[in-house]
Amino acid sequence: MAQTATIRNLDTSADSNSLFARLVRMRPTWLTWNWLGVLPFFLFIALFQLYPAWSIAVGALTDDSHHLVLDNMLKLGSELNRTSYWNTIQISLITTASGGILGFLLAWAITVGRLPAWVRSSVLSFCGVAANFAGIPLALAFFSAIGRVGVITQVLKSIGIFIYPGFSLSSFFGICIAYTYFQIPFLVLIMTPALDGLREEWREAADNLGATQAQYWRLVAMPILLPSLLSSLALLFANAFGAYATAYALVGGGVGENLVISIAVRAQFSNDSLTNPHLGYAMAFGMVIMVAITVFIYTWSRQRAERWRNSS
Amino acid sequence: MTRKTSPFAWAWLLLAGFYLLLPLIATLVFSLQADIRQGIPISFSAYANVIGSNDFASHLAFSFGAAILTIIITTLLLVPTAYWVQLKMPFLLPVLEFMTLLPIVIPVVVLVFGLITIYNRTFLTNSSQGVYWLMIGSYVVITFPYSYRPIAAALHAINVKTLTEASQSLGAGWLRILLAVIFPNIWVGVLNGAFITFAIVMGEFTVSSILGLPSFSVLMYNANLNQVYEPAALAIVSFGITWISIALLQIIGRRRSATVDVGVH
Repeated sequence: MAQTATIRNLDTSADSNSLFARLVRMRPTWLTWNWLGVLPFFLFIALFQLYPAWSIAVGALTDDSHHLVLDNMLKLGSELNRTSYWNTIQISLITTASGGILGFLLAWAITVGRLPAWVRSSVLSFCGVAANFAGIPLALAFFSAIGRVGVITQVLKSIGIFIYPGFSLSSFFGICIAYTYFQIPFLVLIMTPALDGLREEWREAADNLGATQAQYWRLVAMPILLPSLLSSLALLFANAFGAYATAYALVGGGVGENLVISIAVRAQFSNDSLTNPHLGYAMAFGMVIMVAITVFIYTWSRQRAERWRNSS
Repeated sequence: MTRKTSPFAWAWLLLAGFYLLLPLIATLVFSLQADIRQGIPISFSAYANVIGSNDFASHLAFSFGAAILTIIITTLLLVPTAYWVQLKMPFLLPVLEFMTLLPIVIPVVVLVFGLITIYNRTFLTNSSQGVYWLMIGSYVVITFPYSYRPIAAALHAINVKTLTEASQSLGAGWLRILLAVIFPNIWVGVLNGAFITFAIVMGEFTVSSILGLPSFSVLMYNANLNQVYEPAALAIVSFGITWISIALLQIIGRRRSATVDVGVH
């Protein structure tokens, strides 16, 4: 309605045979003045999101003479990258599992486990905060707890348990412990609605048909929960894979390069004496691809989970 | 039929509760032990040192200012665009949704280096003013996944077309429609996104540290390098800031349907 009004105005304002009027009439039907309204947003997106992402992809897939090559991506298999990539994948998998299990048990406890309503609401509120409590302060909290002079370390020492020097927070294992912290609330927040969706009738029906507790979980509850569970686990993985601040505060730049890919990427770009800047691009682009795959799994299983929710 | 609470439920709560609460309790205890060598079991001198230092005020103000600026720019970008698309170009809704979710796929480190590379030797990387705006721009992008959805949901819940036509027939212009009609109807959604944006920017480290800017997280990182009890006090302060912004978010969220919002790391 408004489009045709605008065009009519244009037609009358100019001579109907002028070049401009002819161009306006020749334009494809989707090209309207409405696009002006979304121009600022798309301009911003282009400058601060699409162009930088594009430049990383181009840098990763071309050589110095701007030819399309796969060399850079293949070089990711070189020793250093293999270790930092492989360590990050392991850290992400381990913390997805540890955070996933602890989070699932907690989500189960406040839904199917029927903890009192006040416990449930406090857990959910706390998880909302804890999921956003990451990065530097989280690392500091773990230093205060189980660092060399940490409170828990001291308490353990007083009862004869010495976790140092065998243990270190600035290690593969230390990163896993800290990441697990922010993975738990994430899983609780995502899985609670799904567990709420398990209907009492299904359980009663299974009981009436003589199913055991284990059979009910294996044959009824799990198939229904699986898409939601898979989507949350994919999100946890992506979450750990892209994390930077927590690990940087725990292990610092030097050791971190071998343990965490995001720290290795930073080191690649900060280092001015790069022999091959394209390797840095390739490492960064590899991260994008990894996260993109997990987010695809997330979206795909999310859609399957939605199907259940809509039909119930 | 209501069944009783499973005994396992308490066990799992205890187990996960230990993991989630113990580090926080330990941090709180540790932050109060600053004078333990002088025989004072509980002292607030770590907090006094932290709050008394000049850096604390300046870094906190820096992050606070950045958070407010990010919220203003995000609102100015998203509200008119989401409104316009819903009203005139609904076929763009999936594009808008995709574009605001894309930052999840691009790790922050990668985004920052993309930006530094393409704007190398321009105003955005040569001047301190420019670097600041590069940071704000990154913050706006990073928080898109959390700021867009509440706004879109709020717009979806009201009848944008009817409200617009009614305002137009009363003679209102576009600016007036946005400010006096649309915005008052969706401010809960805008605030919802604003609180989570605030929490994220206040704790953000990656962008500000790479760009060498004095954010609150950078202060915490530096404190950890050469102080003992002060970092714990800072972590408690930071937790308090996150807690307040998420609590406000949840209070507002209770007025609408309960939505799940999770942050970036």
